[in-house]
Amino acid sequence: MPESSATIAGTAFVPASDYDVTRLRRDFPILDRTVAGGPLVYLDSANTSQKPKVVVEAVARHYLEHNANVARAMHTLGGEATAAFEGAREKIAAFIGTTDPREVVFTKNASEALNLAAHTLGGRLEPGDEIVISVLEHHSNIVPWQLLAQRTGAVLRWFDITPEGRLDLERAAAEGLINEHTKIVSIAWVSNVLGTVNPVREIAAMAHRVGAHVVVDGSQGVPQLPTNVGALGADLMAFTGHKMLGPTGIGVLWGRYDLLETLPPFLGGGEMIEVVRLTGSTFAKPPARFEAGTPPIAQAVGLGAAVDYLQRIGMDKIAAHEQRVTAYALERLQAVEGVSILGPTEAVDRGGAISFTVTTADGTEVHPHDVMQLLDSRGIAVRGGHHCARPLHERLGLTASSRASAYLYTTEAEFDALADGLEYVRSFFGGSR
Amino acid sequence: MSVEAMYQEIILDHYKAKHHSGLREPYQAQVSHVNPTCGDEVMLRVALDGDRVADVSYEGVGCSISQASTSVMTDLVIGKTVEESLSLLQEFTEMMHSQGRAEPDEDRLEDAVAFVGVSQFPARVKCAMLGWLAFADAAAQAIAAEGKEAE
Repeated sequence: MPESSATIAGTAFVPASDYDVTRLRRDFPILDRTVAGGPLVYLDSANTSQKPKVVVEAVARHYLEHNANVARAMHTLGGEATAAFEGAREKIAAFIGTTDPREVVFTKNASEALNLAAHTLGGRLEPGDEIVISVLEHHSNIVPWQLLAQRTGAVLRWFDITPEGRLDLERAAAEGLINEHTKIVSIAWVSNVLGTVNPVREIAAMAHRVGAHVVVDGSQGVPQLPTNVGALGADLMAFTGHKMLGPTGIGVLWGRYDLLETLPPFLGGGEMIEVVRLTGSTFAKPPARFEAGTPPIAQAVGLGAAVDYLQRIGMDKIAAHEQRVTAYALERLQAVEGVSILGPTEAVDRGGAISFTVTTADGTEVHPHDVMQLLDSRGIAVRGGHHCARPLHERLGLTASSRASAYLYTTEAEFDALADGLEYVRSFFGGSR
Repeated sequence: MSVEAMYQEIILDHYKAKHHSGLREPYQAQVSHVNPTCGDEVMLRVALDGDRVADVSYEGVGCSISQASTSVMTDLVIGKTVEESLSLLQEFTEMMHSQGRAEPDEDRLEDAVAFVGVSQFPARVKCAMLGWLAFADAAAQAIAAEGKEAE
């Protein structure tokens, strides 16, 4: 009989004793750095994660021992590079729960993946068609759809949120948000500001009932939660390598193969073609159709190594660790007077990003830039700003917030340091220094 | 230099009690400037009286650096000629790009010398520049508007 049965997004609770964060941290040399004379407290992993040595070494080894172009280079090194690149594709496919590596399209980041989705799905839209997003999206899941709506005359609509920071499904149902005009629904799996885990499966089912395609922004979800694209119910899903221990410069668009096959090319160029004549060209099958030009080869190899590393630990254990640390952080931060948390304050259906505002005893709201700067002077790295989610901040009546975010190497002691730092911020700007 | 030294008392005083804050009539030009990465925003109006800056009024949201810098800027430019104001902007800009090495002229830049410390934090330089650049933009538009009226 398990002692506790708390779950996050279907993940079984794993006891803390199973998870040796101290040992894991040794794999990340940067975590030993000192900043401002003290140990680095890195609480900005939702922005970008740190990299374990194995990832950096995989990239270095690729460049030092196997470097060549992929697909078009036929010599020995070309063969090795191609095998490494395609091997990474297979690893990533398995990591997100598909048996078909052809469903994994490499892009340079999640933004490019979402633009790819908008361009290729968007070719079918007509004036009056509707695209549905939500108010809590990252700009990269808003702007491509705005541009698409402008090009096609389609209408952009969105889910609102409840006071607790979850998608307001009731209101959406009452308004008929998803209806027979809906052609595309594009939703974040996990909010990069509020941490909310959205009910993607439920929304996908609603969208599919009216024949719409479902795009998921998995940028914050895939790094944190065990991923099975089939279970998620999406048609396309974008995510990025650098938030899941991989290098920058590599992202992924996953798509159901039968859908990808029907989509037109996005960027034109080398290796996305079948036959090129000056009078017209025919195009390669996916994923090559969407990978024009020399792809991010070493970055793909690095992401493959990252995925190996994550799987060695186990995504269920990583998710459980994240939930444990986030629960601790929520409790610790709520105990600091003047700190107000945006979004769900309990670690249920909640990712590891915690955004908050800080108000001093005399009622002054300390701007997130100032919060960030003072914390940085104590070696604590958080993000201050609108986190590329300005519409969400506007909806919450804010221009900006501070955000602390955890990952598999984050410790509870780091949130103790943050809580102490926030006490200091309050006294500094409260005039009692 | 410590971050505590960056936040000089002068800066915090201006932040807590901003000078010339609020939007006022009359004015010849109004501009809105933002720092897209952080969401600092300022809406700023300039009223000219001939070649003299009669008033600068503004409403803004943002960090202590951007808000205090705007406040200090209004103290400096109101009552001066546009030409003098722009030459102060030039000096302020040079100081902000000095990475802490400038020795600003306190007789000319007054409270704005407190921002020399901010110039050591590259991410915050644009915060300090926000109000000044909004002023330069609005002043240029106000001059253009006056020119049109005179035609």
